Amino acid sequence: MSGPPKILLLDDDQDFLDLYREMLSQHLSSLPDVRVASSGSRGLAMLESEPFNMLIVDLNMPKMDGLQVLSIARRKYPELRLVVLTAIREEQFRTRAYAMGVDQYWIKPESDQEVGLFMESIESLLNREASGGFRGVQSKSLVDIIQLECLSQSSTVLKITNGILEGKIWIQNGEVIDAEAPEATAEPAFGKILAWKTGSFENLPPEPDRVRTIFTSYQGLLLNTAQALDEAASQVALPALAGDGADVATSAQLLADLSQLNGVEFLLAVSASNHEAQNFWGLENPKPMADWMHETMDNFRTLGERLQVGQMQQVVGTGPQRKVALAPCGKSELCVGFPPSLSADQLRDTMKSILTKWAS
Amino acid sequence: MGLLSFFSKAKADRLMRLPSGSFTLDREGKVMTSTLPQSFPAAQMREIGQRVLASFQAAKKAQMPLSEIIIYYAALKLLARELRGGAIIFLMPQSLNQSLKKTNN
Repeated sequence: MSGPPKILLLDDDQDFLDLYREMLSQHLSSLPDVRVASSGSRGLAMLESEPFNMLIVDLNMPKMDGLQVLSIARRKYPELRLVVLTAIREEQFRTRAYAMGVDQYWIKPESDQEVGLFMESIESLLNREASGGFRGVQSKSLVDIIQLECLSQSSTVLKITNGILEGKIWIQNGEVIDAEAPEATAEPAFGKILAWKTGSFENLPPEPDRVRTIFTSYQGLLLNTAQALDEAASQVALPALAGDGADVATSAQLLADLSQLNGVEFLLAVSASNHEAQNFWGLENPKPMADWMHETMDNFRTLGERLQVGQMQQVVGTGPQRKVALAPCGKSELCVGFPPSLSADQLRDTMKSILTKWAS
Repeated sequence: MGLLSFFSKAKADRLMRLPSGSFTLDREGKVMTSTLPQSFPAAQMREIGQRVLASFQAAKKAQMPLSEIIIYYAALKLLARELRGGAIIFLMPQSLNQSLKKTNN
């Protein structure tokens, strides 16, 4: 999209629209083109007819409320920045809005200072690159963030989240002293985390008593990791040429590995796009199970959209013969069988490991 | 900033809140009892019920009868127990804090 950024402002109050259109178009340094709509249906029609960078939406509107608009906008325009600007302070709506993938949730500003903060955040969001990068610091890679922390001699714990994967890097007085990632610790974990291209991070309080496991300087660590990533990238091109056959063989091996986890009785991986069984372990005839899984996932996914409660994360069924857990994971959907005696905590932990390994 | 304060007042509510509570259904999907507030639309209650009953029936058809199904959404947990062909369904809205606690555990 060339030219100034375009913002669509959606609220049923015309006075509010007039005031905020003026503020946004005249006081932001990017001088955005601000359009307004006073109903959800009108707003969606405008999104359909021309591209926008950002949608700012009120929640409390007649006929089609803001959550309904957000649900449609997120599905149809995944690159669109979504901001809620509302008078509703209830935690439940904040949770639901974030569950639908909004970038920011703002209570309508009441003072000059709050207006200033709002404008700054909108400007920052407009400037952020549409893809890649880590949310939390504008347009910065994880390497930049680690360099910043180390150069400023900080002590902190960086918690990095990439989908369901989670890692931590401990920084003490400007030195990386430890790292933790799924299935890895110390330097290998550091390398694993840096291989994630997107995600979000947060700074946790420092842990001065953390035992040091990494003794390489942060410059050395970053250099080693960059080299390892370059080598891995050149090797990845080869199996890609082998096509689906290699994918199937890899996922078969992965399923065999996952079957060793606590309590796993069977595993079934189904393609999310065509709903065909990609691979299975411990099942004689996967077809009925794959059909049930597909029907159930679709059924509850639609229900989630109707109720506006965000993404469906997992379904757990309990029967006299077994427990079964269904979960979406990237381009696949997984179905895992467990014995009925397995506790809810054990099931949750095992599913977490399975999803982590599958995603990584 | 009087004008700004005016805009920050919540208007008459048009948004549907997700309630905590439960309801029971018979095998036909008819709502028998409910502890959910009357403001929660009956149509949505019926839709949840029908989808849950359909899943119990589909599981039976796949030779895997289930007595309980839990559906985890980002902002809601639904727990359904089979009751002689019908079901009792619990709605438990999840907050951001709960999600964070879950992540940290």
